[in-house]
Amino acid sequence: MKFKILQKFYIGLILLFIYLPIALVVLYSFNESKTSAAWTGFSFKWYSSLFRNKGIGNALMVSLKVALSSAVIATVVGTLGALGMNRLKRLRILINGLIYIPLVIPEIIMAVSLLVFFSFLPIEYGMLTLILSHATFCIPYMLILIQIRLSTLDPLTVEAARDLGASNWEVFFTIILPFITPALISGNLLCMALSLDDVVISFFVSGPGDTPLAVKIFSMLRLGVTPEINALCTLMLLFSFIAPIFILNSVDIKKFFGG
Amino acid sequence: MKKFLGFFTAKQALLLGVCSLSLLLFTGCATTKNELNIFTWADYVPAPIVEKFEKETGISVNYDNFSDNEEMLAKLQATKGGQYDIIVCSDYIIDIMRREGNLLQKLDKTKVPNFSNINPLYQNRYYDENNEYSIPYTAGGALLTYVASAVDFEVKGYKDLWNPALKNSVVLIDGDRDIIGMTLLSLGYSVNETDPAKLQEAKEKLMELKGNIIGFDSDKPHNKIISGEAVAGYMFGSQITAAYEANPEVKFVYPEEGLIFYVDNVVVPAKAPNLDNAYKFLEFILRPEISAEISSIINYVNCNKEATPFLPEEYLQNETVIIPDEVLEKSQMLKDLGESRKAYDEMWTEFKSK
Repeated sequence: MKFKILQKFYIGLILLFIYLPIALVVLYSFNESKTSAAWTGFSFKWYSSLFRNKGIGNALMVSLKVALSSAVIATVVGTLGALGMNRLKRLRILINGLIYIPLVIPEIIMAVSLLVFFSFLPIEYGMLTLILSHATFCIPYMLILIQIRLSTLDPLTVEAARDLGASNWEVFFTIILPFITPALISGNLLCMALSLDDVVISFFVSGPGDTPLAVKIFSMLRLGVTPEINALCTLMLLFSFIAPIFILNSVDIKKFFGG
Repeated sequence: MKKFLGFFTAKQALLLGVCSLSLLLFTGCATTKNELNIFTWADYVPAPIVEKFEKETGISVNYDNFSDNEEMLAKLQATKGGQYDIIVCSDYIIDIMRREGNLLQKLDKTKVPNFSNINPLYQNRYYDENNEYSIPYTAGGALLTYVASAVDFEVKGYKDLWNPALKNSVVLIDGDRDIIGMTLLSLGYSVNETDPAKLQEAKEKLMELKGNIIGFDSDKPHNKIISGEAVAGYMFGSQITAAYEANPEVKFVYPEEGLIFYVDNVVVPAKAPNLDNAYKFLEFILRPEISAEISSIINYVNCNKEATPFLPEEYLQNETVIIPDEVLEKSQMLKDLGESRKAYDEMWTEFKSK
C-alpha cells in the first residue's frame, strides 16, 4: 500500500517536471503584460496579434512545408532502403554503422558541411536546400525505425503469399506496407518534430524569403521575444496533443501496440 | 487490409505523397521578381516600415533573420556575398567583412543623397573610416540601472556594482565583451585593452563581482528588476525602459567611466541580386520621417539628425535613447581584438564557470 503511494508520487513528480515549464508557457500566453515577470490580467490580445503577424505566419508556413516534404522524402528513401537492406547480410552491418553517424554527429558540424557542400553546387540557398538538408537528418531515423519493424515480420507470411501467386507489388501493398505502417507513422511524427525543432542547420541552409519558425524565434531574442510566441507554442501544443489521437484512431490501435 | 491511414488506399497515399513533394520542390525554385532580400534580427526593421516600403515601390520584400553577427558572416562567406541585398548588423563585424575584401559593396553615395541626414557623430567610425560600405542605422549602448527605493546609495558608475551592499542583487546582460569591457572601464583602462598585465588585473576584479551577481540575461534582464530579485543592473536602454514602465522607482545612469557604445549599420553585400532596390531601400530608411518611425518602434538611439521634429514626445523624453552628445563623445566602441580575443574568452569562461 505504502509502495503504491510512493509509486504515484514518483510518477506525479516526473510528469510535473516535464509539464510545469510547458504549463507556464501556456499560462503566460494569456498574460496581459509584455513581460513574463508579473501577471497583470487575463487577455487574448497575444493571440489576436499573433494572427496579424505576417512574419510569424510566413515562418510557420515555411516550417510546415519543410517538415512535410522532408518527412515524405525520408519515408520513401527510408522504406526502400530498409527493404533493400533486409536482403543484405554483411554489407548491412557496414551500412547500418554509416547510417548511425549522422545521428551522433554534432549538429553544427553537419550544418557547416551542408553549407559548404551546397556552395559548391550551382543552386541557391532556399526551400530546396532546406528540404534536402532536413531529409538528410531524417532518413537515418526513418530507416532505423522501419528496419526494426521489418525484423519482426515473419518471412513465412511473405512466402505463403508468393505460393498463392502474389506478385512483388501485391506482396508489398498487402503485406509489407500495412505491416510497417505503424513505423511509418511514428517515423513521420518524429521527422516532423525534428524538422520543426531544428535551428542550426536550418539557419545555414535557408535562403531569402524562407526563414523557418525556429530560426525566426531565435532571432527575436535581440528585441525581446513577445508573448505572441507563447500563444503560438500553446496552439502548436494543442495541435500536437490532438493530432496523434486522430492518427492513432485511424489505424488499429491494438495492432499498433500489439505488432 | 488495403486500408492505409483509414481513408486512403496505399497507392493513393503514395501518389499523393509524390505529387505534393514535387509541387513543393517546384514552388521552391527561385524566380526572378521585383524583390528585395533583407537579412537582420527579427523585428529590427519593423513590419510597418517594410509594408510601407512595399506599398510605395511595389517591391516585394523577403525579410530573413539571423540571431548573431557571426552566423550572418558565415552565411555571407558561403554565398560569397550574394543572395541578400540589405544586411543590418553590428559595427565590429563590418570591420571584419570589410577587411575580407570581397563581401561588401562599395556604396555609390550619389544614389543615397539622404546620407547627409546622418549625424556626423556616427559617421566615419573605426569600422568604416569613410563610410564607404556602411550607413548607420541605429545606435545604442548598455546603461546602468537601479531601483532607487531599494538601494541606499547613488549609483554613478560601473564601480558601484561592486558595492558589498548589492550582494546577490545585480543582473547583467550576458555578453563577454560588455562585462569585461565594463570591468576594464571601472579600472580606467580601454575596453579594447590587450596588455596581459592589465587583463590579469581586470580578471581579478571581475571575480570579485561574482558574489553580487544574481543572474545573466541578455533577453529579458529587466524581468529580474521588475520581480524585485535584482535591484541594480547593466542592460540596454530599451530594457531599462521596460523596467521603468513597471516600476517608476527604476533609475538609469550614464556610467561616469564612459559608455560602451555600438552603432548598427546597413550594408549591401558585394553580389546583391537586386542592387537598385537596395539603393531605393537605403534612401527610404534615411528619410527623416521614416527614420523617426523606426526609432519610435524599436526604441534605439536615432542616428538621423533631421529626424528630431518627427519623433514622438514620448521618445524625446526618454533619456535612454536621447543620449547627450558629451556622453557619446566620451564613449568607447568595442573593436575586433585579433589575437587577444583568446585571453578574453578564457577570462569569460573562468568567470562564468566559478
